[in-house]
Amino acid sequence: MRYLPTTPENRRAMLETIGARSVEDLLVKIPAKARLGRPLAVPPALAETDLVRHMRALAGRNADADAYTCFLGGGAYDHYVPSPINHLILRGEYFTAYTPYQPEASQGTLRTIYEYQTMMAELTGMDVANASIYDGASSLAEAALMAHAVTGRRDVVVSGAVHPQYRRVTATYCAGAGIRVRHVAAPDGVLDGDAARRLVGDATAALVIQSPNFYGCLEDIAAAAEIAHAAGAMLVVVSDPVNLGVLEAPGRLGADIVVGEGQGLGVPLSYGGPYLGVFAAKQDFVRRLPGRLVGATVDLDGDRGFVLTLQAREQHIRRAKATSNICTNVALCALMATIYTATLGKQGLVRVGELSMARAHYAAERLAAVPGVSLRFRAPFFKEFTLRLPKAPDRVVARLARDRILAGVPLRTYDRALGDCLLVAVTEKRTREEIDALAAALAKAVA
Amino acid sequence: MARAGKPQYDRLIFELSSPGRIAWSLPEPDVDVEAARARVPRGYLRSRPAELPEVSELDVVRHYSRLSQMNYGVDTHFYPLGSCTMKYNPRINEDMARLGGFARLHPLTPEPLAQGALALMHELAAMLAEIGGMDAVSLQPAAGAQGELAGVLMIRAYHASRGEKRTKVLVPDSAHGTNPASTAIAGYEVIEVKSDASGEVDVSDLDRHLGPDVAAFMITVPNTLGNFEPRIVEITERCHAAGVQVYMDGANLNAILGITRPGDLGFDVCHFNLHKTFTTPHGGGGPGAGPVGVKAHLEPFLPVPVVTRRGERYALDWNRPKSIGKLHGFWGNFGMLVRAYAYIRTMGPDGLRAVSEDAVLNANYVMKRLEAHYDVAAPGPCMHECVLSARRQKKRGVTAMDIAKRLLDLGFYAPSTYFPLIVEEALMIEPTETESKETLDAFCDAMIRIAQEAETDPQAIHDAPLTTPVRRLDQTRAAREPDLRWRPAR
Repeated sequence: MRYLPTTPENRRAMLETIGARSVEDLLVKIPAKARLGRPLAVPPALAETDLVRHMRALAGRNADADAYTCFLGGGAYDHYVPSPINHLILRGEYFTAYTPYQPEASQGTLRTIYEYQTMMAELTGMDVANASIYDGASSLAEAALMAHAVTGRRDVVVSGAVHPQYRRVTATYCAGAGIRVRHVAAPDGVLDGDAARRLVGDATAALVIQSPNFYGCLEDIAAAAEIAHAAGAMLVVVSDPVNLGVLEAPGRLGADIVVGEGQGLGVPLSYGGPYLGVFAAKQDFVRRLPGRLVGATVDLDGDRGFVLTLQAREQHIRRAKATSNICTNVALCALMATIYTATLGKQGLVRVGELSMARAHYAAERLAAVPGVSLRFRAPFFKEFTLRLPKAPDRVVARLARDRILAGVPLRTYDRALGDCLLVAVTEKRTREEIDALAAALAKAVA
Repeated sequence: MARAGKPQYDRLIFELSSPGRIAWSLPEPDVDVEAARARVPRGYLRSRPAELPEVSELDVVRHYSRLSQMNYGVDTHFYPLGSCTMKYNPRINEDMARLGGFARLHPLTPEPLAQGALALMHELAAMLAEIGGMDAVSLQPAAGAQGELAGVLMIRAYHASRGEKRTKVLVPDSAHGTNPASTAIAGYEVIEVKSDASGEVDVSDLDRHLGPDVAAFMITVPNTLGNFEPRIVEITERCHAAGVQVYMDGANLNAILGITRPGDLGFDVCHFNLHKTFTTPHGGGGPGAGPVGVKAHLEPFLPVPVVTRRGERYALDWNRPKSIGKLHGFWGNFGMLVRAYAYIRTMGPDGLRAVSEDAVLNANYVMKRLEAHYDVAAPGPCMHECVLSARRQKKRGVTAMDIAKRLLDLGFYAPSTYFPLIVEEALMIEPTETESKETLDAFCDAMIRIAQEAETDPQAIHDAPLTTPVRRLDQTRAAREPDLRWRPAR
């Protein structure tokens, strides 16, 4: 067994040192009646060559975004991933290390997290960002818990245009904490401001919006901030950082906490995870943040160095009173995002955003020109939009899959009122030809 | 300031920036960007460009290569970080997770077009259920702490479904910090149960707390002192007699694969840390995965969706009205599931049992070699890890932290220190099964040398580390004047 180096001779010598006759002697504390007494019923070991064959067969049964043209979004996007990312994260010094508890031997990880915190704070327009949460959905859940803890208020008011799965995850976390999650309808694809105003009051810890939201529409963040702040509530904005080369930083529009899914920043689609929960907030809340934080300091020689800091917030110190239960986060995904953001830089992120936005608008125009097809909402959008189709969207999707096009996400399972709708995402990777091919295939499918 | 010989690389990516330099390659727009811009209200567009680095591709590659060299990892150093199971991360698993059919698969791909991924998840859940002696497994939790939260919420839903209102959860004083933290988020009052001198649950203290207001007892097996609780079956029985559910923190599962199973010990819920026991890499702090297994009576409460199989078709089942809800935006950390699946298929039943036997052998060997030089926290035999106390060294002014720092100079990462909290000056050593006798001997020699230095030359230990990229860091300053992001020099 290539992962187990202990030879029979080693074992004999080690047992002799220990003073045991066999490994069994070391297991005496395990009661006999609790022993398994048979081999585990898992399949027999595979040689590497057989494993690869088996895994390739499984992988081959999936319609991935290389074999198919991908217009799927809904919280995960087929953005450009520059080649150096994968090469660099495969350096064992990064991916086989753990949480930098010994800072002197972990400066590489600590520095990259410090860079990551800087980049996320800059993109979101916030003062501080943490070292990561599991994904966008759990970041939002943590924001709800934090707003509740900071304000001492019971309600979190969430726009109905926030990603439905993020709302469900938030509800799961809030149930235990006794926080009431209230939803505001978004009949026009964006927050209904009047409805929000009626719901947001002095029991509201936070108002939550997403922009671009689940339907692809852009929200009026400044208007939402006014509604929240007028009631003394916080504004939490769910934002996709890869868009923020072009879109205004939510922090400059009044957000108190910005969370989001960082998958677009160089993290593979990987069937939904591991992804990257971005979490950023204003300076006032720095001692209330969930998760790890890296800070700069100096060593005994006065040289710059980095450490995990403000750890009195965390579970390993504060236990039941910690700001969050998170321990393991998604540091390697944060490293991917750091290398991505360094690679794209000041100009590249603008290009990604502009290309995505422009190609999405081109696609919307082409697709809405198909007879019977129209844009469902009038609100401005960015790289994703909702179409109304004259035929059942899941059938249309199945039909287009035969042409090796993943046309979009049918919205019926998320909202019955949108049973005739399809959510289409266009990143900078979708070419004009691919969009034209989608339009032609869609025209045929709905004819 | 800087010492001669200290590795010198002190740049941040921002400090390499030079206006106009780029590291990316994207096409020129072939559609009208300005027209699209005009469709977005002006106030929604970025007013000031984000101040991000402007660097070349070589700048990026060299910078992050240089930074990586400032880390110790399992690949470069023995990493005996107790409770974290820092074993070798097989390269083939990395290759498998990167197959296009997995790495490039969108989570909202129609189920008929994602059958390979769903099949893998279904099989992995079944294999983990077998390994844990559980009836059903959810792969959704993204890490151990999220698995704990899921488990406690399921217990809560279970009690509620029986019309019972229980408000407390019992946790031993030796527990990982995530246990009380997860329990508190789930809305419970956390009550600490005492451990006895050998680190085992004080059963009489447990008995005092068990009652109709207690929802669950949450315990790590083997415990955080590295010992198997000899009375564990009795403990789970006592809990059940009081209507209390029993949760096993699976952080230490690496000790018992194929030997005993949480389900057979009487546990109702347990989580699996795929990044510990099942070799998915720790990534400098994550991602991990924390699947949670339950007995049949808790199955209705599993997070949605559940992967189901009907004949040869796999699907995501959302129609589970008693579910606690969702924990993750999609289905969990699928990429880690691929790696763990590949590992279990590589090892097979005999290989998995050999893993635990060798892990236990290695930990006992280290403990035996060091017991004359350090105090042992609890008498052995231990399981997969051992806990030493530096209380003897502390009398000479040498603390557990000092020892950890000296180890860095001698070419080893450090054990976990100051955990578990019930052991003074704790040094928690988990060698794992993938380390050879030669490595263990070298580590033990270093530990013995440090014990001797504590007697003869404590200053050498206080000065450590000297060979790392930085020396000891000013933690107080970091916390008092938080500097959490880079800003350009004025």
